[in-house]
Amino acid sequence: MSVQVWTYIIVGITFALYIGIAIWSRAGSTKDFYVAGGGVSPLANGMATAADWMSAASFISMAGIISFTGYDGSVYLMGWTGGYVLLALLLAPYLRKFGKFTVPDFIGDRYYSDTARIVAVVCALLVSFTYVAGQMRGVGVVFSRFLEVDINTGVIIGMIIVLFYAVLGGMKGITYTQVAQYCVLIFAFMVPAIFISIQMTGNPIPQLGMGDTLNDGSGVYLLEKLNGLSTELGFNEYTEGSKDRIDILAITLALMVGTAGLPHVIVRFFTVKKVKDARKSAGLALLLIAVLYTTAPAVAVFARVNLIETVSDKSYEGMPEWFKNWEKTGLLTFEDKNQDGKVQYVADPQINELKVDPDIMVLANPEIANLPAWVIALVAAGCLAAALSTAAGLLLVISASVSHDLIKKIFMPTISDKGELLAARLSAVVAVCVAGYFGINPPGFVAAVVALAFGLAAASLFPAIILGIFYKRMNKEGAVSGMVVGILLMLFYMAKFKLGWLGDTPPASEWWFGISPEGFGSVAMVVNFIVSLTVCRFTAAPPQEVQEIVENIRIPSGSPEVLSNH
Amino acid sequence: MNQNISAQKYWRINLKYLSILLFIWFLCSFGLGVFFVDALNNFKIGGFPLGFWFAQQGSIYIFVVLIFTYVFLMNRLDKRFGFED
Repeated sequence: MSVQVWTYIIVGITFALYIGIAIWSRAGSTKDFYVAGGGVSPLANGMATAADWMSAASFISMAGIISFTGYDGSVYLMGWTGGYVLLALLLAPYLRKFGKFTVPDFIGDRYYSDTARIVAVVCALLVSFTYVAGQMRGVGVVFSRFLEVDINTGVIIGMIIVLFYAVLGGMKGITYTQVAQYCVLIFAFMVPAIFISIQMTGNPIPQLGMGDTLNDGSGVYLLEKLNGLSTELGFNEYTEGSKDRIDILAITLALMVGTAGLPHVIVRFFTVKKVKDARKSAGLALLLIAVLYTTAPAVAVFARVNLIETVSDKSYEGMPEWFKNWEKTGLLTFEDKNQDGKVQYVADPQINELKVDPDIMVLANPEIANLPAWVIALVAAGCLAAALSTAAGLLLVISASVSHDLIKKIFMPTISDKGELLAARLSAVVAVCVAGYFGINPPGFVAAVVALAFGLAAASLFPAIILGIFYKRMNKEGAVSGMVVGILLMLFYMAKFKLGWLGDTPPASEWWFGISPEGFGSVAMVVNFIVSLTVCRFTAAPPQEVQEIVENIRIPSGSPEVLSNH
Repeated sequence: MNQNISAQKYWRINLKYLSILLFIWFLCSFGLGVFFVDALNNFKIGGFPLGFWFAQQGSIYIFVVLIFTYVFLMNRLDKRFGFED
């Protein structure tokens, strides 16, 4: 059977599964819709968090980026896992004890102010929308390559599926589909990795295979061979970095703190029963994420070696079928500059004839390694699972921010539970349509902005939450001014150095402290902390009852059921 | 009042655990994976330069262990103070 038939079968089965789960776990109340009734087991929540968290970026892009940047790609590995330590130790247990529905809920109540609540809603929406547009685009790319439908049709199919289970099931539906999606995506990622690891090194565990000797009996280590190939072609040694250490540090920190500040990740910890479960499920989530994150660098090495060996200095006529297929999508281009009919793949841009988009490495990897058709189809299904699960989680945050934080808490406090549920469903529909619009008509800056969503989260929400828990005297004036200054500073830096909205984009040599826009979230976060603490010193302490709330969330016992009628 | 004093004591011990674990977190990721990576790359385990291994593998394993250590320590502490929920 061809790859396409296999893809239809496997993707069809997984989609039917997600829809079945959604029907089985419909939401009946706002409590179901926002926090899945508050009774999710730590393991199910860990799996759902892992799927929620691992997006198309983790599944497709990350290994590809590492493949082309070697050591420098470590920022993503450490950054996107290290954040869970912060989440488990500094945020999850206390926010669970607090027992509300959303992040702006916490900020609004802790800082006894609707201004703080609205600022937090704006930050949460900004972060979530930039993030979700990229997911819909990922869905479109997979559909167009493997099912040979138009990218736009792909986006619309994705929208309908997400709409169906997010609107019907709310957090409850999303949680249990995400459990299924975790299984699909991790299986889809591991199978080809294990196959290729055995092929190249004889070691069935990719994490070890990456550091093992080659299968050809030469006794040469795989990484040594890759370093050799890389220097031969004029690239940096794979295991050495080329970025400034200060920038590596800043990016890693921004990704870690951003991860801990992402509303769609934090909200997952409102769904478990107890404080104890919140801690445990953060650990389980990271364990499940680590399975993919420790395999990704191995996939990166395998793919890079395979790519170089297949194309470098080989005749263009003799290129395998996958090469031609990806050429059609425009994500891989070949230009025979010296007219010798061979592919010159080197570091020097003057001579280099091959351009490969990092995004295709994971998708093309099984084809490059000549794996059977069903494995390739499985990878497509895995990628869809990753993109859809993240998109659904983000859409829920968006709809909860609108229906709960704005409509219920600010504009219509008397709205009934039923009315609020309807509002939540309607805002989910609107959010899916907006996300789909951006997926079909991606503004040029979407791809660039997804990475920066972390900077925005780090610069705005993280400090306000941390100070709210660990500094009893923190008041609303401090928190609001910190969030506003932090997010504006980050937006300004993005606009100036990444998006070029304020005249020409200045060269990297003009970056402040040598820190790239991706890493600038760290600086903006520090500024947020400083502004918050300074303003707080010169304004009145928070009222006694707020200080009591803080004392109360520090102790696990007596955590309320997440209230459905507050 | 008694409840209050034990709550403060509980919080102080929690903060002590946090600082120790976050120190290790910082050391493994930013220390071994970024600052000292060149020095560590002079050592090899199997085919891995050690610094590179910490940056792409080791730090992640350590993160997982850190969280479960915290879960264990806090569950014990909750029990000691009778703060389980």
